[in-house]
Formats: sequence, C-alpha cells, structure tokens
Amino acid sequence: MSATTVTAPAAPTIKVEADPRIGLRGHLRHTGALVRRNLLWIKQDPESMFDAVLMPIVFTLLFVYVFGGSIGQSLGGGQDAYVQYVIPGMVAMMSMNIAQGVGTGFNEDFHKGIMDRFRSLPIGRASVLIAKVSVELLRLLVATTVLMIVAVLVGFDINNWAGLFGAIGLSALFGSAIMWIFLVLGVTMKNAQSVQAMGFLVMMPLQFGSSIFAPTQSMPGWLQNFTEYNPMSGLADAARGLMVGGPVAHGLWVTLAWTAGLTLVMAPIAIRKFTKQS
Amino acid sequence: MTRIDKTPDNSTGSRPVAVSVRGLVKHYGETKALDGVDLDVHEGTVMGVLGPNGAGKTTLVRCLSTLITPDAGTAIVAGYDAVKQPRQLRRVIGLTGQYASVDEKLSGRENLYMIGRLLDLSKKEARSRADALLERFSLTDAATRPAKTYSGGMRRRLDLAASMIGRPHVLYLDEPTTGLDPRTRNEVWDEVKSMVRDGVTVLLTTQYMEEAEQLASELTVIDRGKVIAEGGIEELKAKVGGRTLRIRPADPLELRPLAHALDDMGLTGIATSTVDAESGTVLVPILSDEQLTAVVGAVTARGITIGSIATELPSLDEVFLSITGQKASAPQDARPELEEVAV
Repeated sequence: MSATTVTAPAAPTIKVEADPRIGLRGHLRHTGALVRRNLLWIKQDPESMFDAVLMPIVFTLLFVYVFGGSIGQSLGGGQDAYVQYVIPGMVAMMSMNIAQGVGTGFNEDFHKGIMDRFRSLPIGRASVLIAKVSVELLRLLVATTVLMIVAVLVGFDINNWAGLFGAIGLSALFGSAIMWIFLVLGVTMKNAQSVQAMGFLVMMPLQFGSSIFAPTQSMPGWLQNFTEYNPMSGLADAARGLMVGGPVAHGLWVTLAWTAGLTLVMAPIAIRKFTKQS
Repeated sequence: MTRIDKTPDNSTGSRPVAVSVRGLVKHYGETKALDGVDLDVHEGTVMGVLGPNGAGKTTLVRCLSTLITPDAGTAIVAGYDAVKQPRQLRRVIGLTGQYASVDEKLSGRENLYMIGRLLDLSKKEARSRADALLERFSLTDAATRPAKTYSGGMRRRLDLAASMIGRPHVLYLDEPTTGLDPRTRNEVWDEVKSMVRDGVTVLLTTQYMEEAEQLASELTVIDRGKVIAEGGIEELKAKVGGRTLRIRPADPLELRPLAHALDDMGLTGIATSTVDAESGTVLVPILSDEQLTAVVGAVTARGITIGSIATELPSLDEVFLSITGQKASAPQDARPELEEVAV
C-alpha cells in the first residue's frame, strides 16, 4: 500500500492484517466502563442529582396549586381533575427536561483532556456517547419516580400500573431521541452556556405549545396547528391515554415516529461530529 | 533546512524505525500547522521535537495518535498507517497530552481501572494493572482520592501511568512538564527515563531545551510547521560553532563599553554579544582559540580590565536562537562552565 510513497532507506514495512472489528461484547464492555465512570461522578457529587429530584417536585406543586383550580374548572372538575390531567403531561415533560442536561454536561466534558484519551483508545467512539445517554436515562427514571411519589401525594390515582410503566417507557424512549439533539449541540457549540441557552430556546415552545399543561381547544388556531404537529403533544396524549384512559394510538404512533426519525438522523451526526472534532 | 550529516556508526541509526513520518501536511484555513514534516524515530530511543509555541508540535502528535487526519503525507507507527489503520495504531500507542488527560472527578485507581477496561483487560487484570502502576508511579497513598485533589506532578504521573496501561510500543509525550515546578519536572523526567529503560519508544515534544537534553537522544527542531534542523544533541551544538565566552569586567561600570568593544570586533558574524546584567558579564560566541586570544587582546587594548573570563558550550537555547533567529519561550540556565581561564 503506501509503502511506495515512503522514500527513506529505513522505510518500515506496513503490517497487513485484517482490521480487528470490535465485537458486541467489546462494545458492551467499553460502554459499561464509561457508564461506571458517569455513575462514579454522581456518587462523587450527589448534588448533580438535585435537578432530577427537585424539578418534578417544584413543577408539580407549581402547576397543581397555582393553575390547577382554574384549569380544572374548564375540565369540568376542580384541582383534582387537573391533577389527573397534568401528571401524565409531566411524565412526558421529564423526557425533554432531563435530556437537555446531557448537552451542557457533555459540552463541559468534551473540552477536557480526557476526551483526547478516549479518542486515542481502540474503542468504538460511539461508546462514549451511548454511555452518556444510558446514564441520563437513569436520571430520567429517578426524576420520574420522584414525580410519581409527589403525584400520589397531591392526589393522583394510579389505577393502571401497566399503563403507567408504558407511559414512563415511552417517555424514556422519546427522551433518548431528544438526547441526541442535545449531544449534537453539546459537541458543536463553544461553551456550556450557549448549549443551555439554545436548549432553552428549543424547549420552551415545544413544552408550552403542547397539550402537556392544558387542553389545546382554547388556544388560537395557529397554535393549535403547532400543537398538532408537536411531538410533545403526541407523547403527552399517549401518556394520558395509558395512565388515566383515553385514546392512545395516535399519540403513540406520533411519538414512535419522532423517536425513530430523530435517532436515525441525530445519532449519526452526533457520533460523526464527536469523531471528527479536533 | 539545516540537515546535519549523521556519522555512520550512529547507534540509533542501526535500529529499526518505529515512527516514520513523510511529507506530513495539516492546514487550518490559512495556517499551515504542518507544512511537510519528515521524521524518523528509532526503536527504543527518545526523539525530542523541539520548537516554540505554535510551531506545530501538538498538531504532529495529534496526527500520529489519529486524533486528526493529515491533509497529505504518511505517518507509520509500529507498522500501522495512521490514516488507513487508525484502529490498529491506537492499540500500540500511549498518549500523554499537554493537559493531563485523566478524569478529575475519579480517583487515581478508578481512572486506571477504567482505561484498563477500555483496553479490553478483564476486570481482574484491570485491577491488578492499576495497582501495579499506582505503585510504580508512587501514587498508592493517593489511590482513592479524586484526581482533582492531586498536585500538578501527581496528575502528570497519573497521566503517564494511564498511558502505560496498554503497554504501548510508542509513547507520545506532548509537553509533559509544561507548567510544572523544577522539582516536579525532575520527578516526571525520572519516570520517563525509567520507561525508556523498559524499551518504550518515545516521541517527546517540548519547548524546554533542558528537557530535550535530559531525555532525548535525537532532536528535530520544527518551526512554523517545518523541520528546520535535525540530528543528535551534540551534533546540533557543534553546528552552531564552538563556544561562548563569558567575560566579567573588573569594573562593573565597564559592562556596556565591553559589549560595544566586542561587537566592534565582529567576531563570528552570526551573533552579537549579549549583556547579562544580573551576573555582570558579557557573552560572546567564538569559533576558535585564536579568537579567544584576539578578544583578550582587543579588550585590553581598549583599556578595559578583565575580572574573569570563561568559555562555555552553547546551551540548547543558544542553538535554538541561532537556528531560528527567535528566542525559545522559556529561559534556561546556561550550561555549567567547563573551563575557567584566569587572566
């Protein structure tokens, strides 16, 4: 091969051997070692879990006690009716709120020397990103568990456990897709602050322009159109259907389609950007 | 480019080549970080790549460790092509970057264990290798503390240990002691020397002349992405020509008149005299004993009394200055005086 281009008399011969592909076990081992790293971080610095624990508490109390009464009336009940409405929405919301953190966290990590070491090791470079997504999913589950405990305390009735687990699973699945978007931002943007600002910009309209916090019927037409195509509405509707009853299929398909689409487009971009970055 | 002919019995020349770089080019927009670099590192030796900030040293290391892809040229490390066989190449190299590439939040032991696992050691192997390396780099006492609590020197040692986990064939040290105090620098040097004794081939980048003298057997001087000189340290020194005279006038007030007198002589044409006000001496390069005699005669003729006079071999700093016309960024002490001539 390129031995011909080497002109020095002491030209070394190039070894010709098959490229040793990393097998599935290898990928799992590498990802496992990196997941362990991220878990040790949490053990080292438990405060990093504060947002995952506090956010669901604050949001639930805020929405149920501040808006619950008046929105509940329009639902034909009171605050109790609103609890049944908003808690599944919150389960959906967690996916995006936790996913956003992965961008800032990875951006900080990315600019450190350790990334050069990872990239100079014979590992699949996607492992570094997949490990990050795995640990964030774990945070998502912690946040959702806290959310459900608060939910029960403010009067949410869990009458369909299978539906609840289904809703949480769907939210986690969609969250993992969103994480790839934030990983792309985390790899491309210069600093963590801009990642956070950008994340906020993406997140706000998607969360509030949806059926998460309130029914969309009273919104103006153009906004209803937006909520119609907003995947957060689909996820919230599906979660609501699964947890308290109602139509599931439409929301479920919308969510699954978005999940597949975002992952297929964003994951390769994130991995390529991470691999090529110098 | 200054090429110094190597003597045929050069001990490093007969060894096989572990790293071979030909015509390596890497541009960042208009900036030519590497502009056609050629370089050979022989098995079991230390190649010092010397150059000022921004010379392209780090870009070279990043190309050789597959972190970036060169625009042109070839780089072959332990028989693997950096562009075509990056995965195989990553198995045989170790990298210690300019900034400690360890996880600051993890303990020393966890850092090494993680890298062992990423290098496909079994859990048991990874654990025992981590402990052995902690022991070797004198980090056992700090093994369970997070790396961010380590001192600068401990962090570099942990970094070196991390690079050694995979028993690399070729080790890249990119400015391994930048920012360390002299005592810690010595510690790191000792570790590097012991790794070389174990037969590791090292490519060391540095802007410290003293570091290159301590560790490297051969040098490549690069500036603005180009190799401007190469050869053994002694060869490079010989090239700049002989010795430096350090003259102290008996009367400190005559320091500047003395310097002017020396400049008027135009001894070598390559460099003028330098006033070292701190030690009250003037430095001037000379090529021969005749010039030494001439200097003494001329200075005495001007009515300046010489307090003391000494000849020194040029420091690598001076070598560097004379090749690039640019001062290296970190001042280094001159070499100890070799002979004193009482006048």
